[in-house]
Formats: sequence, C-alpha cells, structure tokens
Amino acid sequence: MKQKLAVPVLLFALLAVVMTLVQFEVIDLYIQTIILFIGINIIISSSLNLVNGHMGEFSCGHAGFIAVGAYVSSVLSVALFAQDRIFGAPLLPPQYTVYAFPVILVIGGLAAAFAGLLVALPSFRTRGDYLAIITIAANYIIITVIINIDKIGGARGFMGMKRVVFAMEDTAAIPWMVLWVFLFTILSIIAIRRFVSSTYGKGIIAIQQDEVAAEIMSVNTNKMKLIAFMLSSGLAGIAGGLYAHVIGYVNPKSFDILKSTEALVMVYLGGMGSITGSILSAVLFTLLLELLRPLQIIKWIVIPLLLIILMQFRPEGIMGNRELVDIFPKLKKFYRFK
Amino acid sequence: MKKIFSAFLFLLLTLALAVPGLAKSKIIRIGFNIPLTGEIPKVGESSKYAAEMLKADINGKGGLQVGSEKYLLEFIYEDNESKAESAVAVAQKLIDRNKVLAIIGPNSSKQAVPAGEIADMNQTPMISPWSTNPDTTKDRPWVFRAAFLDPFQGPVAVDFAMEQFKAHKAAVLYALANDYSKGLAEIFKNDWEKKNGKGSVVAFESYGDKDQDFSAQLTTIIAAKPDFIFLPNNYNEVALIVKQAHDLGWKGPFMGSDAWGSAELMTLCGKDCIGQYFSTHYAAAGATGATKEFIDRYQAKYGYVPDDVAALTWDATRLVLQAIQDAGKLTGNVRKDRKAIRDAMANIKSFAGITGNMKFDDQGDPIKCAVVVRINDKGEFVFTKSVCP
Repeated sequence: MKQKLAVPVLLFALLAVVMTLVQFEVIDLYIQTIILFIGINIIISSSLNLVNGHMGEFSCGHAGFIAVGAYVSSVLSVALFAQDRIFGAPLLPPQYTVYAFPVILVIGGLAAAFAGLLVALPSFRTRGDYLAIITIAANYIIITVIINIDKIGGARGFMGMKRVVFAMEDTAAIPWMVLWVFLFTILSIIAIRRFVSSTYGKGIIAIQQDEVAAEIMSVNTNKMKLIAFMLSSGLAGIAGGLYAHVIGYVNPKSFDILKSTEALVMVYLGGMGSITGSILSAVLFTLLLELLRPLQIIKWIVIPLLLIILMQFRPEGIMGNRELVDIFPKLKKFYRFK
Repeated sequence: MKKIFSAFLFLLLTLALAVPGLAKSKIIRIGFNIPLTGEIPKVGESSKYAAEMLKADINGKGGLQVGSEKYLLEFIYEDNESKAESAVAVAQKLIDRNKVLAIIGPNSSKQAVPAGEIADMNQTPMISPWSTNPDTTKDRPWVFRAAFLDPFQGPVAVDFAMEQFKAHKAAVLYALANDYSKGLAEIFKNDWEKKNGKGSVVAFESYGDKDQDFSAQLTTIIAAKPDFIFLPNNYNEVALIVKQAHDLGWKGPFMGSDAWGSAELMTLCGKDCIGQYFSTHYAAAGATGATKEFIDRYQAKYGYVPDDVAALTWDATRLVLQAIQDAGKLTGNVRKDRKAIRDAMANIKSFAGITGNMKFDDQGDPIKCAVVVRINDKGEFVFTKSVCP
C-alpha cells in the first residue's frame, strides 16, 4: 500500500524542488520559461492525443481551441483584476487573484470545450480526411472571429495578463505560474489517463479499432466522440489560458495552423495513443527547439531530419501505443489510477 | 540507433552550453531578437546583415571607444521564428543567459509587444527597429523603437496625396488580418475625412489573410471613381493588387506606405508599379552622405539594395552604441550598465541616423521625418518629398 503512494510523493517532491529553486533564483527566468513551456506543451500534446491517438480520428485544428481558452481566460482575468483601457478599473481586489485564477482557467477550458462541442456536432458523420478539413476550418473561423472583435484588440492582440500574475505574486511571493502550470499539467494527465482506462472511456479505443463493431457492441459512438472531443478541446483551452498568462500577451496569429501542426508533430513523435509518449515528445520537442536555436536556419533542416530519421526507424513514434509500464512492468506496483 | 541518437543529443547539449562560456572580458554584448526563419526570414536577414556590417566596421577599428577604454563588440543573433512565444524565450535567454547589455528587435509587433514586456520587467534596454504598434513602447521606460508611428505616417500620406494628386476623393484597400494595415487604413480615413469632409473616402474595402484575388473589391473601388487608391499593405500583396487594378482598367495613381519598401517589390510587381508613390523611412536612390555610403557598401557586400529594415537596424544599433558611449564608462556590473544605457538613450538630444535625424519622446518613440518616394522607370525608389512632424 505504501508503494502506491510513491507517484504522488515523487510528484510533490518534484514540485517542491522546482518551486524552491525558482523561489531562491537558483534557476534563472529563462530556464523557468522553458519549464513552463514544457508543461503547457505536455497538456497540448496529450489532449490532442486523446482524439488523434486514442480515438484514431484526425483533428488538425487544436490551436483554435487553445485560442478560445487563451482569450476567454485572459479577458476574464484582465476584466476582473487589472486596470485596462477597455474594461476599466478592476472589479475585484487583487487578493482574490490567487483563488480566482484556477477558476478563470477552468472557465476558459469550459469555453473551449463548448467550442469543441460546436465543431464535433456537425462532424459526427465524418471521419479521417473530412474531420481534418472541418477542424482546420474551425481553426480559421475562430481566428477570424477574434481578429474581427476590436474590443479584445483584434489583430493587434490582447495584453495585461502580466498584471494579474503580478497581483498574485504581491499577495504571496511564490512563483505562482510554476505552481499552476505544474498542477494543471498533472491534473490533465490524470484526467486523460483515468478517462481512457475506465470501462466507459475504453469505448473510444473501441472506436479507434473499429467503429461499426464498437456500435454493435453497445458503445454509443456519437456520444463517445462528443465527450472525447470536448475533453480534448477543454484541456487545450486550459493550456491556452496558461500560455496567455505565461507570455502576458495573446495575438490571434499565434494560434494559426502552424501551432496546430506543432501539436500534431508532438503527438506523432510521441506515439499515437500513448500518454507517456505525448509527455516525452512534448519535453523533447520543446528542448530541441531551444537547444538548436544557435543553429539558426540550419535548425529547420536538423529538426525535420531528426523526425524523418525517427519515422524511418520507428514509424510508430517514440513509444508506439505503449505506456511506460508496458516497457517496465515492474513499475506497475508503484502506481494505480483506478 | 538509440545510442547514436542520444550521443548526438548529448553532443548538441554540451555545444549549446559551451558556446556562451567562451566569452572574454572587454567585450560589449548586444543581443538580436530577429526572425531568421518563419514567415518573414528576409526581415531577419536584412537585420543581421546590417548588424554584421556595423560590427565589422567597429571591431576593425579596434573596438568601441567608451570613456578611456576600447571594447570589442559581440553580437548574438537569436532566431525567434517569427513566433510570439519564441520571441519571449529569446528575450529571456539573451537577458539571463547571455547577459547582453541591450536587445535589438524583434521587428514585427506580434513579437515586439510581448518581448518588450520581458525586457521592461527585467530592466534591459530594448529597441525595436521596425515595430509600429503603440503598445510596444507604451508605459515601458526600457523599450524604444527606431521607426515612426502610424498616427504620423497616415497624415503624411493624406497631405502628400492632396498636394500631389490634387485629390478630393480617396479609396482604401487594406488587409483585415494585418494589424499594421488595418490601423493605418483607419488613421488615414479619419484624417482624410477631417480634411476633405465626410464621405470623401468613397470606398473603404478590406480583404482576408492570404487572399490572391482582389477583383471584387477593386471593381467596387473603381466604380466609386476615387482620385487615387491608398494601399497600406505588404509588398507581396501590393504587387498583385496593382496588377489586377490595371487589368480592370484603373489608370489613376496609387499611394502606399512603408511596407512597400522591400527589395522584393519590383521583382514581383514589375512595370505596373512604376510611377507610384509611397511614404517610407528613407529613400535609397538619390541618397547622399552617410545614407549613400551605407547603401553602396551594403549592396557591394550582399548584392542587393538594403530595405528599410536594414537601415532601421543600422540606426537602432548605432543608437544603442551611442548610448553606451554617452554613459561614459562600463562598470562590468550588468544591471548598473543597463540602467546607465537606458538613461543615456532616453537623453539622446539629437541623433543623425541614415533614416533621418531623431530623438526620443517620453514614450520611447522617435521624433523623425518621413520621406515620400516615387518609383522611377528603373524601379528605383527616388526621393520626392520629406515630411517632418
């Protein structure tokens, strides 16, 4: 029974170590930014993996949902807690930021999930290429809508979220963004993990194997698809909210098809249907982009080349569809998710 | 295979960590946050080339004279891939890792706004050569820019068109998804209607991202019979719009903005653009003095006439170096030196740049003149008129 506590204890220790290092400025802001990006990318890739990997669909518009989450949570937090040109004086005193911030993030996630619902409904009857086209279209629709709303900056982008982060730090001087990114990353992974390994959630793996057979075996495929899509886009929305508050500025162009492609690359690099793979690839991808920056233009030869080499020798991605415990079965006794 | 892969990764990691460790003393380190890859690699390239030229000049003379000592320059070029998050990471890296004294860039506002936040928060002077979004420098004492703002450029175009074309009716075609284009179009419209009465902008049309066919908008515009068409758009779209307008029978003049001023414009547009006017930061053809010298040397070295980004980067970098010299001496304490440089920059009284004389207002925006150029038969941008605030 003690062994079952190993994973939570480890995670808590990791969080404590990172927080202490950041608090006492042992690691500089650059490393801190990279760590935050890694966390956000883990949420993005594992949530897209739910649709593209576990369910075997092909969604190409993940950035659209990230954008919804980013904008909804940014507008909310700025309207509530920061002096702003458009929204005027803050509506709530700054001490409340600490409690309100996770709620705002979740609201951003819910908004993104709702956007996911709107996309999922008309795409019931489609699979493969058609869903890809619908999701790309949805991505463009979302960006175009944002560009045309002048209240939130339109093409100029929206800012002021840093003031909310500062308000949190004024309330209690700890690195809040590290804490929130860490917590939400862990929560997202637990949510996805528990969902796909539950009896109910196994339905989406059945859909991936054979949709017709799944339907016959009493899986309500329409409902399953809807839930998986909403969960995936909702988590993407949370990632978007975190992204907006880490950078302190959002611009509709940051969420175009390129961002969606990045998410796709991370999913296929890690292996479809593997949560461990998504985490590994998000870490690897973020670090590679940073480490190879000195190479300048050559970077965009090296990274695609690495991808090609990987696909040549491991077409199923780093992990295939296996998890960490499938490779090291002994780890099984250390954690349980059910 | 796995072993080779991990060995390769390890090698890269050590390389990446080893590079900053080679620096010696008596060096001034300046960071460049520029888009060497991504959507606008030409902009990053121009910036880098201009900076390389300046560095070679100064290091060739033994370094920059600060007080009684000479310092060699070290420029660190970091690629921001034309992405906002990369620009933030790059700014963070230049400040924390490379301990640069000042940052030049990013060029487009999408990256300059968030990177400016980082520079301001970490008290590092930053100057964006090209960004025109007011938010980049607004309420940020540590952030400057070298380009004039759109609220100034719009009226320049209005006044010039009224005088040159004797125009009373204007038409505007702008890119909806491009904040620069949209902002400038709106400023132009307001100013024009103020000077010529309501309804004098007879057509105000927009198009979407990556559109190639503008015939619908152009038909509306031509039917409204304006005296000229104002095009505050990027050079690649300008080439298409001008050609299509001519195909539809438009014979009147066009007026453009500084985004026309790319080395690529004439290759794309050809003879259709000859005779058109646009407002910009400097005129390459017919330039004199230091501007001419810069253009000739750049062209000899890299094979094409430098565009405005190159000229603005040259000026921005020289502004920073000027500020370092004005600061008098470097203590070696990065934080103190950064503060001294910022103060010196804000206090620059008058700076003779190749894009005109300038000084900074209290927001860190330059007060400088704009020029209007005409495209001549050889495809050169010839100086026509200088407009000062």
